[in-house]
Amino acid sequence: MKIEGRAHKFGKNVNTDEIIPAPYLNTTDPKELGRHCMEGIDKSFSGRVKKNDVVVAGRNFGCGSSREHAPISLKGIGVSCIIGESFARIFYRNCINTGLPILESPEAARAIKAGDVLKIDTETGKIEDVTRKKIFYAQKFPPFMQEMIKCGGLMKYIKGKKNS
Amino acid sequence: MGSTITEKILASHAGKDHVEPGEFLEAKLDFCLGNDITAPLAINEFDKAGASRVFDNNRIALIPDHFTPNKDMKSANQAKALRTFALKHKIKHYYEVGRMGIEHVLLPELGLVLPGYVVIGADSHTCTYGALGAFSTGVGSTDLAAAFITGKCWFRVPESMKFVFNGKLNKWVGGKDLILYTIKDVGVDGALYKAMEFTGDAIRRLPMDDRFTMCNMAIEAGGKNGIIEADEITKAYIKGKKCRVFKSDEGADYSDIIEYDLKVIEPQVALPHLPSNVKPVSQVKNTSIDQAVIGSCTNGRISDLRIAARVLKGKKVKSGVRLIVIPATQAIYLQAVEEGLAEIFVKAGGVFSTPTCGPCLGGHMGILAEGERAIATTNRNFVGRMGHLKSEVYLSNPAVAAASSIKGRIAHPEEVK
Ligand code: SF4
Repeated sequence: MKIEGRAHKFGKNVNTDEIIPAPYLNTTDPKELGRHCMEGIDKSFSGRVKKNDVVVAGRNFGCGSSREHAPISLKGIGVSCIIGESFARIFYRNCINTGLPILESPEAARAIKAGDVLKIDTETGKIEDVTRKKIFYAQKFPPFMQEMIKCGGLMKYIKGKKNS
Repeated sequence: MGSTITEKILASHAGKDHVEPGEFLEAKLDFCLGNDITAPLAINEFDKAGASRVFDNNRIALIPDHFTPNKDMKSANQAKALRTFALKHKIKHYYEVGRMGIEHVLLPELGLVLPGYVVIGADSHTCTYGALGAFSTGVGSTDLAAAFITGKCWFRVPESMKFVFNGKLNKWVGGKDLILYTIKDVGVDGALYKAMEFTGDAIRRLPMDDRFTMCNMAIEAGGKNGIIEADEITKAYIKGKKCRVFKSDEGADYSDIIEYDLKVIEPQVALPHLPSNVKPVSQVKNTSIDQAVIGSCTNGRISDLRIAARVLKGKKVKSGVRLIVIPATQAIYLQAVEEGLAEIFVKAGGVFSTPTCGPCLGGHMGILAEGERAIATTNRNFVGRMGHLKSEVYLSNPAVAAASSIKGRIAHPEEVK
C-alpha cells in the first residue's frame, strides 16, 4: 500500500486512554470514535487532521488498555499510517488485526517534524520525508504478518485458512 | 538447552517440544475472555465473518463488569449485545449483574483458570492469571473474535526477564508495593514484549492475592505476561484441581535477571501520570486528596479489604474526602459483609459499592472533577483516567489508600494507628 500524507507528532508513552478516553467506549462507531481521537492529549487534533495524515510517535505508543477503539478512532478520523520509535504490543497487534498500517522506525520517528509531507510504502517499509528530502526504512514485517496484512487483517486471514 | 516456564507452556500448546524467543506460533487456547467494552467489537467481527458457532461454549467467559450496572443507555446496549450473544451461543460462563465481578478476580475465584493454561482476554490486565502459573495475556477484540471461531491465537514467543525477590516484607507492604517498585525500576516500557517471571523466596511465601496483584500490573511495564510458578500456595488456591505444572529450567535463558532486597521496600506510591513515577510513601505525605478508591482487579480482593478495614476500624474518613470501597466480586462482597468489613467502611463514612470497574477507568461510581486528586488501589494513573483531564490519580496499596482517606492527604498507615 502506498500512502501520502502530513505528519502529526506525538511524544513517548502515549496511552490508549489519551488516544480515546474511556467515556467514549460506550460506542463502537468509527466516525464517532474518530471525533474524539487523541482528545486526552490534544483536543484540537480531530479538527486539524486531514484524510491520509500520518501519526508519528515516540517510544511505547499505544500503551495501556487493550481497547481496539484506539486504532478504530485513528482510522475513523482518517489517519492512514502510524510511525513510531516503538509500540505497546497489544496496540501493535490491534493495528495489524484491523488493517491500520503501523511501522516501527526510531530514526524516522525522531527525524520527521510536524507538518512534513510523507510518502510511505507499507510493503517495503520505505518512508520518504518529502519535506526534508530524507529516506528511512522501517523494520519489515515477519512473513507471518505480511501474509495477514496481504489478506486484509486477521479475520480475512483465518477465513482464508479455513477455506483452504 | 533450558526453557522458561513461558516457553514451555507455549510450546506445549503449539504441539512443539521446544520454542525459542522470537518464534511465531499458533497456540491452542484453554480459555478466552471478553467484557462489555471489548466483546461487542469481537461479536461484530464474529458476525461479519459469517461464523455460526463458537469453538467451545465452555471455554469462553463474557463478563459485563466495566460500565455495569449499566451507567447509561449506550452502555446498556453494549451489555445487551453481550447477553444476546451469550444466550444465542449458550456461553456457559456469562455472568449477569448480581453474579458477576471484575473479570480478573472472578475467573480465578471460579476456578476457570488453572496452572499451565494458555489464556487470552480482550483486556490488557488479562496478564493477572500468570499468578497461577498460566500463560495469560491481553489481546484486542479482533483477536478475540478469531479465538471465538478457531480456539487459537498467534503469538510471538517473548523473551523472559527474571525478577528475584529476596527477604521479608516490611510491615504494610504487599504485592502492590513490590510491583510498583519493579515498574519504577524498569520503566513503563522496560519489559516491552517480554515475559516477566517473578521468583525468589519472598514470592514463594507471598499469598495468592498479592501474586495476582503483581502479575496484574506486568502490562504497566509493557510486559506481555507476568508469571509465577505454581506451588503449594497455588494448589491450595485451586483446591487441588488437576492441572499441569510447568517450571523454568535451571539453564533457561533470560534477557535480564534483576534481584530486589525487600528490606529497602516501604509502601510505594505512583504519582501522576505514569505507573513508573513511583516514590516511597514517606516522600509524598504532603499531598492532599479529595477521594480514595479501594477496589479494582489489582486490589479489590478480600485480603485488600481486610487490610483497609484494619486501618479504618473505629476511625472516620476526613470530612471533605470521599472513600469509595468496591469489592471485586459478589463473593468478596458477601464475605466482607459477613466479616463486618462493610460495616467498618460505612461507619467510617465510606461508600461500599456493588462490584464494578467503575472509577478505575473513569466509567462511573466516582469520577473526578477538574483539579481533583484521588489516591487509588487501581493500576493506571494516566491523564484523565478517573475523570477530568485536569484531575490526578495516585496509585498505592489498600492500607495507604485507607490511611490517606482518614488524614485527607497521602499518609503512611502507621500515622493513623
Ligand atoms: S478494574 Fe480497572 S484495570 Fe481492572 S479490568 Fe476493570 S477497568 Fe480494567
